[in-house]
Amino acid sequence: MAVISFIDAITMAMREEMRRDSNVFILGEDVGVRGGVFRATNGLIEEFGEERVIDTPLAESAIVGVGIGAAAYGMRPIAEIQFADFIMPAVNQIVSEAAKMRYRSNNDWHCPITIRAPFGGGVHGALYHSQSVEAMFTNTPGLKVVAPSTPYDAKGLLKAAIRDEDPVLFFEHKRCYRLIKGEVPEDDYVLPIGKADVKREGTDITVISYGLTLHFCLQAAEKLAQEGISAHVLDLRTLYPLDKEAIVEAASKTGKVLIVHEDNKEGGVGGEVAAIVAEHCLFDLDAPIKRLCGPDVPAMPYSPPMEKYFMLNPEKVLEAMRELANF
Amino acid sequence: MATKVLMPQLGESVTEGTISKWLVNVGDTVKKYDSLAEVTTDKVNAEVPSTVSGRVTEIVVPEGETVAVGTLILYIEESGAEGSAATPVSTTEIPVPQAPATEQPKAATPAVSIQQAPIADGPKQRYSPAVVMLSQQHGIDLSRVVGTGAGGRITRKDVQAIIDAGGQKPAETVKETVAQAPVAAVEPSTVAPTPAPSAPPSTPAAPVDIPVASGDQVVPVTSIRRTIANRMVQSKHEAPHAWTMVEVDVTNLVNFRNQAKGEFAKKEGLNLTFLPFFIKAVVEALKEYPMINSTWAHDKIIVKKDINISIAVATEDALYVPVIKHADQKSILGIAKAVDDLAARTRAGKLTMDDMTGGTFTVNNTGSFGSVLSQPIINAPQAAILSVESIVKRPVVINDMIAVRSMVNLCMSLDHRVLDGLICGRFLQSVKQKLENVGPDTKLY
Repeated sequence: MAVISFIDAITMAMREEMRRDSNVFILGEDVGVRGGVFRATNGLIEEFGEERVIDTPLAESAIVGVGIGAAAYGMRPIAEIQFADFIMPAVNQIVSEAAKMRYRSNNDWHCPITIRAPFGGGVHGALYHSQSVEAMFTNTPGLKVVAPSTPYDAKGLLKAAIRDEDPVLFFEHKRCYRLIKGEVPEDDYVLPIGKADVKREGTDITVISYGLTLHFCLQAAEKLAQEGISAHVLDLRTLYPLDKEAIVEAASKTGKVLIVHEDNKEGGVGGEVAAIVAEHCLFDLDAPIKRLCGPDVPAMPYSPPMEKYFMLNPEKVLEAMRELANF
Repeated sequence: MATKVLMPQLGESVTEGTISKWLVNVGDTVKKYDSLAEVTTDKVNAEVPSTVSGRVTEIVVPEGETVAVGTLILYIEESGAEGSAATPVSTTEIPVPQAPATEQPKAATPAVSIQQAPIADGPKQRYSPAVVMLSQQHGIDLSRVVGTGAGGRITRKDVQAIIDAGGQKPAETVKETVAQAPVAAVEPSTVAPTPAPSAPPSTPAAPVDIPVASGDQVVPVTSIRRTIANRMVQSKHEAPHAWTMVEVDVTNLVNFRNQAKGEFAKKEGLNLTFLPFFIKAVVEALKEYPMINSTWAHDKIIVKKDINISIAVATEDALYVPVIKHADQKSILGIAKAVDDLAARTRAGKLTMDDMTGGTFTVNNTGSFGSVLSQPIINAPQAAILSVESIVKRPVVINDMIAVRSMVNLCMSLDHRVLDGLICGRFLQSVKQKLENVGPDTKLY
């Protein structure tokens, strides 16, 4: 099995789906000739031509809006938002149109669109190229929000998203693109959307995360194992709807829960996870539910020391995990 | 900056210490590592070294007072630094989390609030929902559980460990078992740091008020006395004691020792007593029956690799059991020297923590005060104890003839959870055989 990077797994998933189903096509800014600013669509225009890999104007509302129209027409669009920061002009299309089409039409219509968006910081991208916007979409029934953390999950979940009959918002942490590598089978597999995944078994504390910070958690867990602290690490993978069963199971296992994400703390996905734990696990809890998240400031700073301050890292996560274990 | 000096943790299961004597006064200048105070703990007497250089500004705990590990005992104004009182706690010596009672460093009058946290009261414990739930489901008395969490908090894992170990023991044994469970691969600093709930474990229910008549003398229970009491109760409660005895003909040993002792004393400057011979025979027999050299650990029995012999050494008012480490690697001379050294240091009150720990089997020389029969209490968590009684001349039958022989009784108490009579009988036969075979060929060196 080949070890490939996160972004290559994304490309592989799209290529396989486009070969499998001629209704699948890509549209977005610089996705064609340029192959995407992160090279996610590299080589696809050569293989599938400019009618299936479409360079669009700089208008996100149009990228998603055209996608919704094509989906209504029976196509399976993959709309790329170049940076998740740019998704705001398309929020109306995503939230009010795509997410509600099945409900509004009483099941006559549905909207099988996949919207890909690189999110997160740590790449010196500053305000407009570093935001985590997932929490804005995680209370929109009708929409699925996916955020894989490993190449294997990225391929399996992106293929599942493309085949899904309803809209899926697919967040890819841009720092993971070339940092995270892993084994990815070349065969055709899909992973279920809506299912979290235990990335490490443990008995002392439960750590719940997604995206880049999940890797920080795993690295910290590795170090803590040498101190005799055993961490159970759950990767949410899907942020909406949350896998409540897996969250409850993981939290109950140790009774000590730490939720880690890069997005701002207040109103972040972690709050919803904490609420699920609080609702279902009271008598298993042995410590207050803890969250370790980005600070509640308006934007990712440009200054490198400030960016470092904003971003989580394995040391910060380790500290929080150790503190919870010692509680 | 005034640095706070805290009561150090002088051993893993030690939870409190008594300031027996202050070696400094307010205003004294001290150097780092200078001794500040003599402290008596359950297990050992020790001196508290200074963690910084500076001037003593305040002594918080008066002499004679017993305080929990981690309690503030004095302030030292660090040399070269002037400043306010409230300052960081010196951390070099004491990696132990503070007791809940002392956990509010921002309180306006820390010294007072700490002094007002007597051991008997203990801080109010707060329990997590999981701990309450588990303890109720399994009938666990949380007041008898010592927590390993921050500030001594009882964690879900602490309770689960007790449940997994088969529930709570009737006596106050939980503390030791939790702390000593070999699976507890916890950071040292998180193991049983709780000072407060160490209320005398020998009071299972409300203590009965025993009246004191006029003329009666009330002797306060010292720390070491209480430790002896607790450990005896614990051992008797926890380990089902069985008892057995053999009598050994040590005529040859007596002759050999009498003949060798003069030269031995001249050469080694040491009296050759009988005890090293008995210890040597026990150690050799332990090698043949390693199961005797073991410990009960609830879901398993741990057979110890090292043979470390605890010997009982009595002082006027207390009993200590210092340890001859690696007794299996020592000759009779080596054992004799170790016994002499430990006995001397016990009487001088100079035993270290290391001297007191690690024993795997105990030999008790009850013969030294004339006893001919005793039922020793096992030195938990060891599996057995052997007492050597007085050597007395008695008529015995040999080949249908009556002879006057030097006889000694060896009494053994065993933890019947670990050991059965058969193996102990064989072990004692082995000891007996070795002792009866002592003679001119026996090597002292």
